[in-house]
Amino acid sequence: MIKEKLPPLSERRRFLLQALQGIGLATLGALTWSAYLNEAKGSMLFLRPPGALKEKDFITHCIRCGLCVEACPYDTLKLARAGDNVPLGTPYFNARDIPCYMCDDIPCVPPCPSGALDAILVSKTNAKGVNQLDITKAKIGIAIVDSDQCIAYWGIQCDACFRACPLMNEAIVIDHSRNDRTGKHALLVPRIVPDICTGCGMCEKVCVTEKPSIIVLPLAVAKGKAGSNYIKGWDKGDEKRLETQESGGQTTITPTSSQKTVDYLNNEEF
Amino acid sequence: MRWVYKHRLIILRRLLQSALILLYAEAHIWGWKILEGDLGSSLLMGTIPLADPFAVVQMSIAGALLGIDVLIGAAIIALFYAIIGGRGFCAWVCPINIVTDIANGLRRMLRINEVEHRVVISRGLRYWILGISLALSALFGVAAFELISPIGILNRGLIVGIGFGGAVIVGVFLFDLFGIKNGFCGHLCPLGGFYSLIGRFSVIRVKHNQEQCTQCMKCTNICPEKPVLHMIGKRSEFVAMGECTNCGRCVEVCDDEALNFEIRLLSKQSKE
Repeated sequence: MIKEKLPPLSERRRFLLQALQGIGLATLGALTWSAYLNEAKGSMLFLRPPGALKEKDFITHCIRCGLCVEACPYDTLKLARAGDNVPLGTPYFNARDIPCYMCDDIPCVPPCPSGALDAILVSKTNAKGVNQLDITKAKIGIAIVDSDQCIAYWGIQCDACFRACPLMNEAIVIDHSRNDRTGKHALLVPRIVPDICTGCGMCEKVCVTEKPSIIVLPLAVAKGKAGSNYIKGWDKGDEKRLETQESGGQTTITPTSSQKTVDYLNNEEF
Repeated sequence: MRWVYKHRLIILRRLLQSALILLYAEAHIWGWKILEGDLGSSLLMGTIPLADPFAVVQMSIAGALLGIDVLIGAAIIALFYAIIGGRGFCAWVCPINIVTDIANGLRRMLRINEVEHRVVISRGLRYWILGISLALSALFGVAAFELISPIGILNRGLIVGIGFGGAVIVGVFLFDLFGIKNGFCGHLCPLGGFYSLIGRFSVIRVKHNQEQCTQCMKCTNICPEKPVLHMIGKRSEFVAMGECTNCGRCVEVCDDEALNFEIRLLSKQSKE
C-alpha cells in the first residue's frame, strides 16, 4: 500500500502547533523548576542568624547579600553553597562548628538591607520606652538533650553544657535525682527551659560526647503544639479563653440521637 | 601595543569584573568598607545601598515587604542601566560573562561552530524564562531565579568559596562550548532578559557609520548578540536593540572606524 502524501500544513495550523509547542516546553521547564524549588524550600534542619523571620518569610525576604555573614565577628554565619542542603545563598550556621556567641550589640542584624533579619525580634523596650537590642530575646532554635547518650544520665558527672550556656542556670538548669543503679549517688542531669533558651548552640559546641548529645534544632522542627482545645485551668490568663473564645475555640453541638438506648441494645449486631 | 588597542575594552571589562570581585572578597575577609555584600545587594562606601532590581522584583512578587535599603538600592541600579548603561551589566559586571566568553573564544579557536549539530533555540526564550521565574516566585513565595542562578553561585563562590556550585559553572561552560553558541547569556538568562528590557532606551550606544564600513563582517562574527547588528553595511544608525550588552567587541575588531560608542539622546534619536 502506498502511503498517501499528507497535504502541507496550513498557515493557521502551523501557527497553532508552534504556539502549542512553546507552551508545552515552557510547562515542562516550569514543572522541573517547581520540583526543584519545592525540594529546596522543604529542607529546614539548619539554624538561621538571630532575629530571622519565620523560615517561610525569611526565604522570601533574604536577598542573599551576605552582609550578616560579613558582620559576624566569630565567622559563625555561613552563606549556603550548592550542596549544603540549605536554600542557596542564604545565611545559616552549624553550632557544632562555631556556635552563636550572642554578642550584646548583635552586629549581624542591623546590616540586613531587606528586613529578613528584624531588629524588633531581638529587642526589648527599656524603661524610657526605647527599643534596645537584647540578644537574650533571640529565638534561633532550641536545645534538645538525647537522654540515652548524655553521660550525665548515666550517672557520670558532666555539666559542660550547663556551664557553657551564656544564660547559665536560666536556659539550662540541673535536675537532681537519686541514682537507682548505685543506690548511693545522685544523677545531675541538664534540662532545657524552653522560654529562655535562645538556641545559640554553645551547649552543642562543648558537649563532650563523640557526637553531641545536646543539639540545637530550629523551633519549627523541635516544638510540638498542644492545640487550642487544651486550656490550662490553673492559669488565669489561659482560662479567660473560655469566655472570649480566642485563638480558635469553638462551640460544637452534637444532636441527640432519635433512637432509644434499648433499641440500640436489642440491635442484632450488638 | 596594537594588540592592547584592539582589546582595550575587553581588558577594561575584565579589570572591572575582577575589581568588583576583589572588593567584595576583601570586604568579606578583612572587612574594608569600600564595597560590601555581593551582586544581590551591596553597600558602597558603607553608605550607598545597591541591589539587584530583578531579585527585588521577584521577591516582591513572592510577597515580601522589603526593607527600604534594598528598594532604594534596586532603584539606583535600575535607573543607572535604564538611563545610562543599557544592558552593560552583562558585559561589564556579571562574572558569568567571563566563563561564557572563554567558552565562546574556545569555540572559535577549536572551530566547533563549523561541526556542531545545530540545536535551534530562540533568543526570545529568555523572556519566557523571565516570565516563568516571576510566576514561580508568586507561586512558591521565594525568588525563583535566585535559587538556581549561576550568576549568584559564581559571584558568591568567588567571595566565600564555591563548593558544589562549581559543577553548575562547569555546566554553563560546557553548554556554551559544546551546546549552543552564546547559549546561556544569549538565550537562557532571565537577568539578561530583564536588563534588555529596562536598558532599551539608555543613552550609551554603539553607532554604526555605514560610509566607513567595508563589510568585512568581523563585527557580526564576534558579536554575542548577533541580531542587534542587523544594520551593518546597510544603514548608519545606533544599535538600538535592548539585547546589545555594550561589550564593545564590535568597536574593537572594526578596522575601519565604522563602529563607535556614542551618546544617544532621545531628541536626536527621533530625527534618525
